Amino acid sequence: MESKFKIMKAIYSILFLGIILGFTSCEIDNYAEPDAFLSGQITYEGDPIMIGFNEVKFQLWQSGFGNEGPIDVHVDQDGSFSARMFSGHYRLKLDEGQGPFKANFVNEQLGDTILLDLNGDQNINLEVTPYYMIRNSQYNMTGSTSIEASTSLEQIITGEDAKDVERVTLYLNSTIFVSSNNDENIARGDADISDLSNLSMSVDIPENYTKDYIFARIGVKISGVEDMIYSPVEKLSFTGNL
Amino acid sequence: MAVLAISCTSDSEFLEREPTNILTQDQIFTDPDLPLTILADLYNRYKDFGTVKDWASLSDFNVAYWSEAGRYGHFQNTDRGYGDWGSWDYGYIREMNLFLERLEASTGLDESDKSRFTAEARFLRASYYFTLVQRMGGVPLITNTETYDFSGDPSYLQHPRETESAIYDFVIQEGEAIKNILPTDANTKSRATKGAALAMISRAALYAGSIAKYGATTSQVSLPGGEVGIPVAKSDAYYTTSLEAAKEIISGQAGNYALYNKKPDLSENFASIFYDKSNNPEAIFVEDFMLQSGKVHGFTISNQPRFGAEEEEGGRINPSLNLVQSFETLNGECLPLPNKDNSGNFITYDEIDGIFEGRDARLKGTVIVPGSSFKGRNVDIWAGVQLSDGTIVSGDSRGQQKEFPGSNGQEQVVGFDGPIDGLEFTAQTGFYIRKYQDPKAGSGQRGVQSDVWFIRYRYSEVLLNAAEAAFELEQPEISADYMNQVRSRAGITTALTPGDITFDRIAHERYVELAFEGLHLLDLKRWRIAHKVLDGISISPDEITQDICDVTKRETQPYGLWPYKIHNPGSPDDGNFIYKVVKPTRVTGATRFRFGNYYSEIGQDILNNNPLIIKNPNQ
Repeated sequence: MESKFKIMKAIYSILFLGIILGFTSCEIDNYAEPDAFLSGQITYEGDPIMIGFNEVKFQLWQSGFGNEGPIDVHVDQDGSFSARMFSGHYRLKLDEGQGPFKANFVNEQLGDTILLDLNGDQNINLEVTPYYMIRNSQYNMTGSTSIEASTSLEQIITGEDAKDVERVTLYLNSTIFVSSNNDENIARGDADISDLSNLSMSVDIPENYTKDYIFARIGVKISGVEDMIYSPVEKLSFTGNL
Repeated sequence: MAVLAISCTSDSEFLEREPTNILTQDQIFTDPDLPLTILADLYNRYKDFGTVKDWASLSDFNVAYWSEAGRYGHFQNTDRGYGDWGSWDYGYIREMNLFLERLEASTGLDESDKSRFTAEARFLRASYYFTLVQRMGGVPLITNTETYDFSGDPSYLQHPRETESAIYDFVIQEGEAIKNILPTDANTKSRATKGAALAMISRAALYAGSIAKYGATTSQVSLPGGEVGIPVAKSDAYYTTSLEAAKEIISGQAGNYALYNKKPDLSENFASIFYDKSNNPEAIFVEDFMLQSGKVHGFTISNQPRFGAEEEEGGRINPSLNLVQSFETLNGECLPLPNKDNSGNFITYDEIDGIFEGRDARLKGTVIVPGSSFKGRNVDIWAGVQLSDGTIVSGDSRGQQKEFPGSNGQEQVVGFDGPIDGLEFTAQTGFYIRKYQDPKAGSGQRGVQSDVWFIRYRYSEVLLNAAEAAFELEQPEISADYMNQVRSRAGITTALTPGDITFDRIAHERYVELAFEGLHLLDLKRWRIAHKVLDGISISPDEITQDICDVTKRETQPYGLWPYKIHNPGSPDDGNFIYKVVKPTRVTGATRFRFGNYYSEIGQDILNNNPLIIKNPNQ
């Protein structure tokens, strides 16, 4: 009889301990949630740089907390990015070989590293220098069977670091994600690139295409640069044509 | 008190006993059998890029389609992770260093045993550094064991990356240093020999030379400190080293190695290289297996023709049309498989394998085509019946029977091995793999498995290494001679003249000769064409049969070639076969190899622990 009482007593004290822990743990264990929200866009002279989805990332580094590890920030296809962070001092580094652009030089000491003093929500324009900018993209529907597009390229980086254009391609897709990625286009067509200020291309819409709208985008492949630069995604409706 | 005191002393004596379950170092380094067991463990951890123990590793990059439902995703993906193919096993290096140091300090062994063990461990260590440099670029070169002194500051244990060429130099120097200590014996296959050391030098120097030469075309795949990338000025020296090492093997100084040429049927002869383990003069260094020893592998189980196989599985590797059509004709021409005539009509064949007649014998030695057999049993690969009005009758289960207009009751409408699109284990490209399949009875049973060896270095590769190095050194006569030896063994009757030798010829020869041996991606990487060949753009049906021997032809997706039986009673074509080029419908992605894939990503944990290590480019 007495032993049973002892067991009961032990069970009660374990339960009691659990209740105490339940009340206290939330307060003591948890950190405050990240309080800063970094958002912005990769731009050249204020114009957003358009790229492929999930193609480009940059890194944020913070010192003072033991071993450093980067926080990767991925850039969306319209050049925008966002990251939920803790307030503090960060270094922003565009990786070599990422994106159809070069990072801007800050100063001798920092190279192209940008210092960020993050406090609360913040919106930044991350200025870079692209090899080319796509200007004046126009799309035309020929009946409902093909899309024609015209555009011109402005060469931004000239001189020693200049790079040639390898191809200019018009991509079509049924969703808003349009790029050279095989999953993100259903048809494509290259332009004749002899005159970069006057490019035109045309792509047939696949025969089995059923939606009454389609998304189009022009991409430029620069030789020796992996990530392509694009024009903004354009939604084209067939209403009236079908 | 007294009792307690007595018990304590007796306890300490009790605890100081010789262990019965471990051997001390002194004990190990007296009997030659014991260091050999340590060495066996080190051999077992040799790291291959592709191996028969993992069938997928031999058949990646669209030389084949994978006919296994759980693997279709591989062909719906585009990018490969930057960390893929990475390796960073410094634990293995430490154990090799420890073994070498303890061997050096030991006194109980014969000098001859000791020197051979030392040379073998150095061979394995150099082999692993060679693997590391192929995958990661220059890495820290650690050749002694290091111990932490618990001072609180481990920074003296942090080493920066060496240059890529320094690691290649290390591999070559180690090879040169041990080649004359190792036995000169062509019959020793699974332990290091002079032949193995020379073959390693030949391959390493060739890789280094081509990275130096072709790396100049992709300057973005390099690091300013040389951890990735080799100066172009070094290329000739490396090519010379490669050629000399290869010549040492070819001239017989390392033992009696030769091309395997035992069987009159040249396709059977080629397939035999990979399973004939008795007096095989071609194999130089292998990973060997043994039945009933626990060291066996399931390559045949995974890939045997599915119909009537010893287990209810097989058929996973389906070689792609991309590879199959690359085998030249017997007079040495690159032509597509003739399935249509000039006006676009299908050509009909009396025999189901008619379209493969007159091709390089290596085709049927590498691939099981429709109409050929494995273990004496014919494969049953045909996709359906084509009626006179062009309609196709086919089935969705293996060997299905149906009634169709003009049929004699229920008739079989599809082969027992498929191809049935999307049905795993059928030959979904129209082909199965033959290379490394074990023809012995029982090899396809899970309880028995296969003891076919995996060849890491073979004589034919050495010839092709020499041919490539000689070509790059502007000695086309030598190059043509070596190329012709390899090609005539495959039955190709037209010899190449020195004027015929081009980079494309050599690269193409390696593609077909060394297919499914785990070397193709390494070739694409060192020639810096991987990003062109695997550019993430899908292959159109018109494009697939064009420019067959062009080395920069797209390899982003696997295609297939399906035979159909013609049903047209009264017509001369009745019962004949036509072939259609198809892309398996599960193939929706197109492989893309990014600049950041050339050298695998070094893990963030490694970078964090050692700030001297710099990351690889473009990641």
